[in-house]
Amino acid sequence: MIVSIASGKGGTGKTTVAASLTRVWKRPLVAVDLDVEAPNLHLFLRPVIEESGPAWIEIPVVDESRCTFCQACSELCQFKAINVLGSVVLTFPEMCHGCGGCIAICPERAISPGKRELGEISRGRAGSTEFLMGRLKIGEAMSPPLMRQVKSRLKDMICASGRDAIIDAPPGVSCPAVNAVMDSDVIVLVTEPTPFGFHDFKLAWEAFAPFGKPMGVVINRAGIGNREVYSFCAEKEIPLLAEAPYERAVAEAYARGRIIADLSPEFRNIFVSLYAKIFELAAGTLLMEAPHA
Amino acid sequence: MSKIAITSEGPGLDDLVDPRFGRAAGFVIVDLENMNTSYIDNGRSQALSQGAGIQAAQLVARAGVDCVLSGFVGPKAFQALSAVKIKVVQNLDPGMTVRQAVEKFKRGTVQFAEGPNRGPGR
Ligand code: SF4
Ligand code: SF4
Repeated sequence: MIVSIASGKGGTGKTTVAASLTRVWKRPLVAVDLDVEAPNLHLFLRPVIEESGPAWIEIPVVDESRCTFCQACSELCQFKAINVLGSVVLTFPEMCHGCGGCIAICPERAISPGKRELGEISRGRAGSTEFLMGRLKIGEAMSPPLMRQVKSRLKDMICASGRDAIIDAPPGVSCPAVNAVMDSDVIVLVTEPTPFGFHDFKLAWEAFAPFGKPMGVVINRAGIGNREVYSFCAEKEIPLLAEAPYERAVAEAYARGRIIADLSPEFRNIFVSLYAKIFELAAGTLLMEAPHA
Repeated sequence: MSKIAITSEGPGLDDLVDPRFGRAAGFVIVDLENMNTSYIDNGRSQALSQGAGIQAAQLVARAGVDCVLSGFVGPKAFQALSAVKIKVVQNLDPGMTVRQAVEKFKRGTVQFAEGPNRGPGR
């Protein structure tokens, strides 16, 4: 089972939830940080990194002596990363998504693959949990190709060990966020009950709902804000999986990189129950509870 | 120098200069020898999420111009234009017509740009 922890905006406590859930997960698990632009799950899980290496993207290198300037590559590339202007082929490696299309289509075989470093992929272990993380280089914009590579590593790990996976997805509803939740079995949306939180939560729900995956909500900092999130969930039949109350102790724990589930037995129970509900949600046996208004 | 392109809001000499290059509505191509004009619509570039400036550079390069007159030219477009040795005149006053821009060019009171005058992005 693959569970994505997502949120419509940053700062809702998505990573805290992912880390806490990792803590209480009973089955063998891989915890994955797919928020490659700003990974921070490791700050909570503190894994021992066992292996770390650069991630590359394949970019086109053109041999102009073989090129007939037929423009086939330039017509194909929707990212304008390879362009034919008269008798010049101009590439913009930083805009290339590494799809390999131009290399395949060139009738003169004038394009060969070169490589550009995107970032780094690290693998390690936090207790019995395996840990996987991608980190984009500073200033690098090409997160989907790096995420693809992290996901393919994850697939190998899952296939080899039969582990479950918890994915800490990038915040937001743009391409990287959608990309992260796309092939999970369950999506857990983390939000806070404030007007801003609700606004972004709604956008996230609208972006992810078309995938038809089991989806539930965790309300963080419950007790602040208003009831908008609750009534929206009731109306759309989005199950409320857990509520983590707003307490000073939580904010302090977060600031020190501590995991909420470790704070007290009460907090731990919130996530133990979340764990159970995620399996019920996946199996379709979760009963909708009327939100206590 | 015989052919120039001016970023324009419309197809004729009396239309206003469009200050944008990549996202310009279109380009008026002027043959300076006989003052014949033609127009290239830039609608396709406007729809691109990235690379509009490069697309626009491709269009004017295909039209065979030697110089582009515009308001703001971004770094990628500038690089693309330089690659095919098309000169760039930027910082045209907003509110100027295409005709006024051409006259200014013909008087020789313009400066060719050394580099882009706008950061990356649209
Ligand atoms: S497809 Fe190949 S031959 Fe055609 S323009 Fe591109 S590099 Fe040149
Ligand atoms: S590999 Fe794909 S994205 Fe990169 S230049 Fe070629 S066609 Fe464009």
